[in-house]
Amino acid sequence: MKISYKGSTLIAGVIGELDHHSAEYIREKVDCELIKATTKNVIFDFSKVTFMDSSGIGVIMGRFKNVKKLNGKLSVTNVSEQMMRIFEMSGLLKVIPTYDSIDVAIKKM
Amino acid sequence: MQPINQMKLEFSSKSSNEGFARVVAAAFVSQVDPTIEEMADVKTAVSEAVTNAIIHGYENLGGLVKMECVLYRDGVEIFVEDEGEGISDINLARQPMYTSKPDMERSGMGFTVMESFMDNVEVVSEIGKGTKVSMYKKFKSIKKQVLGDS
Repeated sequence: MKISYKGSTLIAGVIGELDHHSAEYIREKVDCELIKATTKNVIFDFSKVTFMDSSGIGVIMGRFKNVKKLNGKLSVTNVSEQMMRIFEMSGLLKVIPTYDSIDVAIKKM
Repeated sequence: MQPINQMKLEFSSKSSNEGFARVVAAAFVSQVDPTIEEMADVKTAVSEAVTNAIIHGYENLGGLVKMECVLYRDGVEIFVEDEGEGISDINLARQPMYTSKPDMERSGMGFTVMESFMDNVEVVSEIGKGTKVSMYKKFKSIKKQVLGDS
């Protein structure tokens, strides 16, 4: 996973497959950044995600709850069509916005 | 319709095998040349079923997960089986957003994903004996090709 920052917004670039096996690592890595006083918002960038199943929904929803506690925002960028179907059926889109690029997501923060 | 090929696989209930199982299933069905989307659907459904067997069936304890694929010219039947805990209320388990493990940040969407990415999903389970998920997917792209040819 690639971690970068734009001000107080963490950009978590997930790389490879997001399933139950890799979820634990991503969860720990992002939560570790959220402990830092400077982190407020999170953008999950999925441009380099090659596969995602419903475990990904759990990871995003879990981080969303943590970000909300900090009064921050969370969004997801570059979601493929296949992943978008899982996003839709889980109801995730009702609470989490998705954008076509990191730049747009940063502007909307 | 007669099966044209079949395979059986047994592997340890380790999370690292989730990726292994779905890649095997995708490689096996690729023989009949489904679309990339159809293959991705199979991969996702297998991933959900195998993850369920590992997390819920064996509760992350040891055990073997069995996967069987029966391939038809225009579809595939996939069975994922464990000899673990079993499900006490299958209807409840199949409800969207229901999870028996909310503390693990599970979304409760496993069966819902299987149902929407495959054409048919059946679950048979017995407490203390295990769970068998049977899924069928028709590769609609292949039917179109055959009709187009005739």
